[in-house]
Amino acid sequence: MTAPQVSASRAPAFVADAWRVARKDLLIEFRTRSAFLAATVFAVLAVAIFRFTWDPTAIPAMDLAPGVLWVIFTFSGLLGLNRSFSLELAERAYDGLLASQVSRESIFVGKVFANFVFVSAIQALAIPAVALFFGLEIGGAWGVLIGIVLLAALGLSAVGTLFAAIAANTRLAELLLPMMTLPFFVPLVIPAAQASSVVLRGLPLSSAMEWFKLLLAFDLMFVSACIVVFPFTIEE
Amino acid sequence: MATHSPATPVTSTAAPNWRSVQGIDAFLIVALIAVIAVCVRAIWYTPVDAMLGAAQKIFYIHVPAAIGGLYIACPLLAVSSLGYLWIKDERLDRLAEASAEVGLLFMGMVLVTGPIWARTSWGTWWVWEARITSTVFLWLMVLGYLVLRGAVETAETRARLSAVMGGLAVLLVPFVHLTVRLFRGMHPGPVVLKPEAPSLPAEMLTTFLWANVAFLLLFFALLRIRFRWAGLRNAVTALETA
Repeated sequence: MTAPQVSASRAPAFVADAWRVARKDLLIEFRTRSAFLAATVFAVLAVAIFRFTWDPTAIPAMDLAPGVLWVIFTFSGLLGLNRSFSLELAERAYDGLLASQVSRESIFVGKVFANFVFVSAIQALAIPAVALFFGLEIGGAWGVLIGIVLLAALGLSAVGTLFAAIAANTRLAELLLPMMTLPFFVPLVIPAAQASSVVLRGLPLSSAMEWFKLLLAFDLMFVSACIVVFPFTIEE
Repeated sequence: MATHSPATPVTSTAAPNWRSVQGIDAFLIVALIAVIAVCVRAIWYTPVDAMLGAAQKIFYIHVPAAIGGLYIACPLLAVSSLGYLWIKDERLDRLAEASAEVGLLFMGMVLVTGPIWARTSWGTWWVWEARITSTVFLWLMVLGYLVLRGAVETAETRARLSAVMGGLAVLLVPFVHLTVRLFRGMHPGPVVLKPEAPSLPAEMLTTFLWANVAFLLLFFALLRIRFRWAGLRNAVTALETA
């Protein structure tokens, strides 16, 4: 085989491998539904509890809803991220995955994609729940809101998957993951909450432009950085 | 292991070396004396600020601590982490660990002295202002970094994983800063390092500059101690597991 053919066939192989890893994780999740069920129940419970922690006559729902939405997003996301690598540790499945011909980067991208789907699916249930319990009129803002969710979910999955891989090597995996990731989620959650607040209030999108740029820059920077450093989390 | 033969002592008890007499670190002593001297000078021999009152004197600790904790420790942590990923030198890992520990202490000093001043001047203990918020998140991140280090068993894995986190932290800092800056701040602007001449009276400026020297000495003295201590700890672990 000549060199150009190798490089030409590598890009599709990379994507196909990543897809296989993602499909495996999503299939396990779809069949057991353990993390998804836990995360959705958590999300709905959290919305209901938040509803009772403030005085609706003093604080308008609109001031609180975006914050509640993104706090739920972060914590329910963590539930799924924890599982991403802990499920590989049982019966040393991870060693098998690493011993296969799939490149480290494909494994990472596959895992990120699976987590991305997971987080977005939870948010697809959490947003209507928040809208229902907080009496929000989302109206024409759906499209932009979905865009914000997808941007934030991508950044959260990339950073979260990397730290889940790190935490899986430690004694305190479940406890350590939030400690390491939450500071990294600050530049995701604040812009996402601010941008959704702008959208939900029906203000012009131009006033949220800075936040969108920040989300996009975070995604570009951290998705590529995490792909580069992921192989370092693996024992040679 | 308890079964070490007495014939192979790890350290020699012969002629104490001039830098550390019976475990007392001369560099640290010098640094501590300098810090105490600067505090004495700041409290008794530097004029009280006409507008801000005695509370202004907290800046002789606050600003040098910020310089050590934020502008020296964090870049050191980042550079040594990235360096470790590149050349896998164990000393870089120890440098990262030491700078995280000392940085956490100095940032802690910043976060404690800040509110004390804010109470007297801004009238409130805590303000969610850009620089304060960035410092808090940075402090929490370094704390997470140290917890991660504590949670990994083997030295090589610990070094590798914490270097990944230290390296990513470099990328995070500008994002956190940009994010919190979009909420406008009320932090005092530059007083010394600004294009025009410093606007402090000469006496206060001298105290301020000496305070920086003293706290930098303290920073590097502590850094050196922790760096060496980490080396000894790793040596002990290596002996125990051998």
